[in-house]
Amino acid sequence: MTSDGGTPPSRPSTSGLSDDAALRIFRTMCTIRSAEDRIVLGLNSGEFRMTYYGVRGQEVIPAAVCEHLRRDDYMVTTYRGMHDCIAKGIPLDELVAEMCGKVTGTSKGKGGPMHLSDPQSGLMVTTGVVGGGLPIAVGLALSSKLRGTDQVTVVNFGDGATSIGATHEACNLAALWEVPVIFVCQHNQYGEHTRFADFTRTRSLADRFRGYGMEARTVDGNSVPAMDEAAGEAIGRARDGGGPTFLECMTYRLGGHTFGSTTEYMDADEYSRAEADEPVARYRRWLIGDRGIGEGVLHEIEDDVAARVEEAVAAAKAAAPPGADELFTDVFSSQGDLPG
Amino acid sequence: MMDRRSQEPAGAPEDPAITMSEAVNQALDLAMAEDPEVFVIGEDIEDPIGGVMKGTKGLSTRYGRERVRNTPISEQAIVGAAIGASLAGMRPVAEVMLMDFFAVAMDQVANHAAKLRYMSGGRTNVPITIRTSVGGGRQFGAQHSQSLEAWMMHTPGLKVVVPSTPRDAKGLLYSCIFDDDPCIFMETMSLLFIRGPVPAGRFELPLGVADVKRAGEDATVVTWGWQVPEALAAAEVLSAEGISVEVLDLRTLVPLDKEAILASAAKTGRVVVVHAATQFAGPGAEIASMVSHDLFGRLSAPVERLGAVYSPVPYASGLEARHYPERTRIAECIRALVGHS
Ligand SMILES: Cc1ncc(C[n+]2csc(CCOP(=O)(O)OP(=O)(O)O)c2C)c(N)n1
Ligand SMILES: [Mg+2]
Repeated sequence: MTSDGGTPPSRPSTSGLSDDAALRIFRTMCTIRSAEDRIVLGLNSGEFRMTYYGVRGQEVIPAAVCEHLRRDDYMVTTYRGMHDCIAKGIPLDELVAEMCGKVTGTSKGKGGPMHLSDPQSGLMVTTGVVGGGLPIAVGLALSSKLRGTDQVTVVNFGDGATSIGATHEACNLAALWEVPVIFVCQHNQYGEHTRFADFTRTRSLADRFRGYGMEARTVDGNSVPAMDEAAGEAIGRARDGGGPTFLECMTYRLGGHTFGSTTEYMDADEYSRAEADEPVARYRRWLIGDRGIGEGVLHEIEDDVAARVEEAVAAAKAAAPPGADELFTDVFSSQGDLPG
Repeated sequence: MMDRRSQEPAGAPEDPAITMSEAVNQALDLAMAEDPEVFVIGEDIEDPIGGVMKGTKGLSTRYGRERVRNTPISEQAIVGAAIGASLAGMRPVAEVMLMDFFAVAMDQVANHAAKLRYMSGGRTNVPITIRTSVGGGRQFGAQHSQSLEAWMMHTPGLKVVVPSTPRDAKGLLYSCIFDDDPCIFMETMSLLFIRGPVPAGRFELPLGVADVKRAGEDATVVTWGWQVPEALAAAEVLSAEGISVEVLDLRTLVPLDKEAILASAAKTGRVVVVHAATQFAGPGAEIASMVSHDLFGRLSAPVERLGAVYSPVPYASGLEARHYPERTRIAECIRALVGHS
């Protein structure tokens, strides 16, 4: 969120966003929002049962980041990562099926919503362990450096993950080796039920992580132009051999830690201000007001993504769960190696 | 062992019925009230949350945020800080939100907490308790569902405690806190909100004493934690078939109540060890080996084991149900054992 109360900077000329790119980002954000709304609807009605970590309010970050990524670039994310997975291009039907534990899912239903991965789309790991993804991202980026490709790796994690040792080992190593990784800290103000100010004296994570010897910036993670510019710069630098960047992307978790969990510890005024300025509607206003895009164009996109989400849900519901034989596949490359 | 066993107060039916989570809370409350050296640290343990499983609910309000301290998401520092304060003579209780996250703290647990007494030739000791909740059976996936007691048991110097009832949880946690060695206290998630009678006030159960949860003649189930109610359900089904099953709840895995295991095994002659931990190289292997060795030639059937299958915990509910032991497979196993002779 911006210090000026959340109004998006109206500087279309400096945003560098073409109309096509702006609309692609809008489509991605709408797909994320539509998928979340549909899942929440199903969770409320009892149609679905899963542990769901909401992404409402954090749609801009991956939508803008992925505008600068290629399919062969790598991404690592967390349990709160459906938005990242959609933006990186995991097919919707496989994503929803995995969340429902179906054999048509990305992991044949064996991973679940916390462990989505699809190397075809470059989404390499979704971890449920806070901070677990960062060292792995350094290794993915190292592979690009060693092979001389220009692929980059983006790793997403929360503000709370900056308290874990692995995060610091990874950042130091990435800076030392100058590997093409972008550390995307989705700073949504909370780690589970604890406010940022209650788990660190650091005011600016960008300042702290700059100390490892890499570029670090604080960005309005709810502003498409700001995120687009910052992501473009960081990804460009990594691709050109300029090493890692830490992006502290300021956002707000519009919901409890998981679906159905309490929000009693969250500041009610702050929450309602954030909700009133939630980023999908904010971006929509900007597209119409500042970019002069017709409402009809946006409607068409919204209707189209809603239909696609509904199709994915229908397909997931119709799909079979994994058969009993799947219990012992994928433990090793060969089932013959199973002990006992 | 014998005198420890005789210390155990009998449960009374008129004891108030509370959940395991509330029982844990009572033990912490008692210990904190009794001893100013006891303090609690962990993630989201302060009010209003009071721990994601509610074990510390109300304690920060009662004892203040000096003694009930929220931490950042820093398992290594949580366990390490507890160790440090314990070396100075305090009795910290650390909470690691979920057992799977022990992986992050294992250096402090296994290389430090477990070994400092020995490495210092007894000049230092680590009287900490690490409470943790254990998932499983809830579609939490491969990183939020593991029963990792074998990791702990395989590390000399750690005591490992796994209550299956609210009553046991209260008495055992209290003992862990005042034990002079590091104790890993496993709170099984699927049992945390089931009610059972728990004595009010100060209540202590000794570590290292198993409990016969159901007496029987034909076969013994040696088990703990989550699998205790599963074994009891299997025993109930089998009693209708004329098979009398004894369910021995170990309650603590280290120290291990060898005497109780051997006594029950000698009585029934048929033993199955059941646990939610992976069967391969799991705790059941140790117990089965001990029973087979010590009662060589006196058993009516080979000792059986039933643990989680050799795979990460799958997400899909149908697969997860096949991953862990449960009542029907336990019953089948016992039928086969009884049919053996
Ligand atoms: C090592 C570890 N400790 C604790 C947890 C439990 N946990 C899951 S999410 C979470 C909060 C993480 O906060 P943050 O990094 O800010 O990410 P957010 O959930 O806000 O996206 C915690 C404590 C965990 N998954 N892994
Ligand atoms: Mg956060």
